Amino acid sequence: MPVQILKEKFTGSVQEVVLGATKEEGGTRAYTVKLGGSSTLPFLQYEGSIPNRPAIAFEIMDIKPEWGAPFEPYYGDVWNDPVAWAKKAEELGADVLYLKLAGADPELENPKSADDCAKTVKVILENTTAPLMVEGPGHPEKNNEVLQAVGEAAAGENIALGLAEKDNYRSIAAAAMMGKHCIIGRSPVDINILKQLNIMITEMGIAPNKIINDPMSSGLGYGIEYSYSIMERARWGALIGDKMMAFPVICLAGPEAWRAKESYAPLEEAGPGWGEQKPRGIMWEAMTAAALLQAGGDIFLMRHPESVKLLKKHIDDLMKPNDY
Amino acid sequence: MGLTGLAIFKLLPKTNCKECGVPTCMAFAMALASGKATLDQCPYVSDEAKESLESATAPPIKLIKAGAGDNVLALGDEQVMFRHDKTFFHPTGIFIEVADNADVAAKVDEINGLSFERVGQKYVVDGVAIVNASGNADTFKDAVAAAAGKTDKVLLLVSEDAAAMEAAAAVVADKKPILYAANADNYEKMAEIAKKISAPLVVKGKSLDDTADLAGKVGYKDLILDSGARETSKVIADMTQIRRQAIKKRFRPFGYPTIAFTSEEDPYLEALQAQAYIAKYASIVVLKTTELACLLTLFSWRSNLYTDPQKPIAVQPGIYAIGEVTPDSPVYITTNFSLTFYTVQTEVESTRLPSYLIAFETEGLSVLTAWAGGKFIGEAIGPWLKDSEINDKVNHKKLIIPGGVAAIKGKIEEIAGWEVIVGPREANGISSFAKLKLGA
Ligand code: B12
Ligand code: SF4
Repeated sequence: MPVQILKEKFTGSVQEVVLGATKEEGGTRAYTVKLGGSSTLPFLQYEGSIPNRPAIAFEIMDIKPEWGAPFEPYYGDVWNDPVAWAKKAEELGADVLYLKLAGADPELENPKSADDCAKTVKVILENTTAPLMVEGPGHPEKNNEVLQAVGEAAAGENIALGLAEKDNYRSIAAAAMMGKHCIIGRSPVDINILKQLNIMITEMGIAPNKIINDPMSSGLGYGIEYSYSIMERARWGALIGDKMMAFPVICLAGPEAWRAKESYAPLEEAGPGWGEQKPRGIMWEAMTAAALLQAGGDIFLMRHPESVKLLKKHIDDLMKPNDY
Repeated sequence: MGLTGLAIFKLLPKTNCKECGVPTCMAFAMALASGKATLDQCPYVSDEAKESLESATAPPIKLIKAGAGDNVLALGDEQVMFRHDKTFFHPTGIFIEVADNADVAAKVDEINGLSFERVGQKYVVDGVAIVNASGNADTFKDAVAAAAGKTDKVLLLVSEDAAAMEAAAAVVADKKPILYAANADNYEKMAEIAKKISAPLVVKGKSLDDTADLAGKVGYKDLILDSGARETSKVIADMTQIRRQAIKKRFRPFGYPTIAFTSEEDPYLEALQAQAYIAKYASIVVLKTTELACLLTLFSWRSNLYTDPQKPIAVQPGIYAIGEVTPDSPVYITTNFSLTFYTVQTEVESTRLPSYLIAFETEGLSVLTAWAGGKFIGEAIGPWLKDSEINDKVNHKKLIIPGGVAAIKGKIEEIAGWEVIVGPREANGISSFAKLKLGA
C-alpha cells in the first residue's frame, strides 16, 4: 500500500543570522557561524531544508565561577584567566565562545569596570579565532554600561551582545547597532513577550539578521517542558510566516542543567538510584540539550566537554538526510 | 479527518426518540462528530451503520494494552502532534533487552532492581524485551519462561520465527505479552498466535509503504507499528509520518501505537537516541543499556514531556512536619508547586534537624513565578500566617523564606507579626544555612 507522504507546506523559515566576521568582512575571526535558516520542523529534512547544523557555544567567565568539583579537572587550570579559558574552549571544540561578564556585577566586592570588561573582550579576541557572544553581568544599569564598552571594543567583529529584555533593551540595542553587532533578546518563557520584544528591537532599527532569541531554557526535570513547548510554538510560528517569531534560538543547556541537584550531587548526597556523579552530570546536561534540540534550538550554550562530545555525535545522526 | 455531523446523521435511525439523552438524532450526530458523545449511547443504530461509524469516530490512534495485573501498560490513544495543543496521554514505555542466550535470570534481576526516585516521583523500567538471539526455539521458550518467573513487568517477545513465537507465547499466555514481529512472510501465522492469547502484535515493515500494507492485511486489530527504520533521523521522520497520517488524515493502517529500537552501541548516545524517539512519538522504546545515568535522565525527560501543560503538578497546600518536630522546630515556607516543594523538602530533610515546611497555596507555581504573579507575596502570606495553625505548633515566631523573594520580608513581618529570616536563594544552600544559623 503506497503511503502518500504528508508534507506540511510552510511559507516561512527561521531567519539566518551570521556570527563573527573574518578579515575580509572587517573582523579577525578565522570563520563565521551561521545560525537558523531552517524551513522545516527540527530534523524533518524531507519537507524542508536545514542549511545550518545546530552550533555549540562554550560558556566562559571573566572570574572564577562557582562550578565546583565536577569542573575542576577540566577548567581548574584556566578559570582564573579568561583568555586561557577561551583558548581551552576552542581546543575542546567550541564553534562559538560565550563570555559571561559575571565579574562586573555591582554586588560583588570588587566589581570590574566597563573598561576592564572591554579589555577582557579585546584580549580574548586577540587570542582566539572563534566568533564571540558576550553577556553582561545581569544588573540592568551595569549591563548597559558594560555592553556599550564591549560593543565599541569589538567593533567590526560581529559579536553578539546580551541580554536585552523587555524592560531594558534600548541601550543594548543601541550598542549593538553602533558596533554592527548581533543582539540576544531574552524573554521569560513567554511566547507573547518573545514576540513583543522582537518587535520592539526591530522597531529600533536592528536588522532581522542580527537578532538571536533566548526564550529562557529550563533544565531537565526543572521546567524544561515549558521551554520545550514555547520553542515548539515559536518554531511553528516562524514556519507559518510570523517573522517576529523567526529568530534563531539559543538554549542555555549547560547553566540550567548544572543548577539541578541531579547533575552535581556527589554519590553520598544522591537520591535513590542516581548512581555516580560524573556520568549523571554529563548526561543531565546532554539530555537537557538533546531535548531542546527537538524543540528547535539553533545554538547550545554548554559546559561539560563530555556532554559536548555526546551532543555533537547526536547532532551528526539527526542531521542525516531523511528524504522519502 | 472524522466524519461531519451531517454524514453521521445520515447513518442514524432519524426517529428522534431521545434515548441517547439529546433531543434529536441530528443533535446526537453533532455530539458524536465533536467527540462529546459515544456511539453506544444510541441503542438503535444498525450494525452496518455501527461499523462505518465506529471506524470514523474511533480515536485516531487505537488504545492498546499490554501486560497483566498491576502492570498493564496503556499505549497510543494520542490526539495531538504537539503537547501544547492538548497534552500527551500515555507515556512511552521504556523496555530493556535481554538476549535469550545470556544469563536471563540475572539480567532480569538487574532490571527489576532499577528504580529511581526524584522530586516525589518514582521511576521503574516498564518492560523486558526477550530477544531470540540464539535463533533456537527452545532456548527462546526457556528464556521467556525464566523471565516470566522473575518479573511482572510487561514482556516483549522478539522473534520473527513463528514456530519459536508460538511455543514461547504459550508459556506466558496469561501475561498478555507483546509479540514482535509480524513481517511479510509470517504475518498470517503471527496474527493467529496473537489472536489465540489476545496479545498485541507488532507489525514490522521494511518501509512506511510496507508497514501500511502489513497493518492493512494482517487481519488483526491489536497492533503496534515498526516501520523498520533504525537510523535516528529516519526513525524520527517515519514516526512523525505515522502520527501525522493517523491524526490528520485518519489513515487507518497507521492508527496504532509505535515501537522504536535504539541502534547506538555507546550507552550515552543510545540514551540520547531514545530521548529523540520519546520526543517524536514512540509509544515504546527498547534499549540495551542499564546504566543508571542513562535511565535516570531518560525517565526524567519522559516525565517532563508527558506532564499536562495546562496544569502544573501541585502538592496539597498545608503544613508538613519533617522528622520528629517539637515546638522549637524551625519553620520554612515554600510554594505548593511539586517540583519546588520536593526540592526543598529533600534539602530540609538532609539537615537532620526536625522542621516544619509550609507548602503555601500558589496554584502550583514556582517561587519566582508565583511571586511575579502576586501569589507568593507578603499580602498573601502575611494574613494566612497570622491565623495559621502553625501558631499553635511552635513556641516561636520565626519564618524562613526563600532568598529569591527577600523583598517580601517586610510585608510579612508587618502583617503577621512574625520575624522573617531570609534563607538562601537555592534550596541546596539550606544545609549550610541550617548549620550556620540554626545549629543543625
Ligand atoms: C517555568 C516558568 C514559568 C511557568 C510556570 C511554571 C510553574 N509551575 O511555576 C510559566 C510559563 C507558567 C511562567 C509564567 C510566568 N513567569 Co515564569 N518562569 C519559569 C522559569 C523558567 C522556571 C521556574 C521553575 O520552575 N523553577 C524551578 C523551581 C524549583 O524553582 P523555585 O520555585 O524558585 O525554587 C528554588 C528556589 O527558589 C529555592 N527555594 C524554593 N523554596 C524555598 C524555600 C526556602 C525556605 C528556601 C531557603 C529556598 C527555597 O529552591 C528551589 C531550588 O533551588 C523561571 C526562570 C528560571 N529559569 O528560573 C521563570 C520566572 C520565574 N518567571 C518569571 C515571570 C516574570 C513570569 C510571569 C509573571 C510572566 C510570564 N513569563 O508570563 C508569569 C506569571 C504566571 C502567573 N500565572 O502568575 C520571572 C520572574 C521574574 C522575577 N524574579 O521577577 C522568571 C524568573 C523568569 C525571568 N528571569 O524573567 N513561568
Ligand atoms: S437514541 Fe438514537 S435514534 Fe434515538 S434520538 Fe438518539 S440518535 Fe436518534
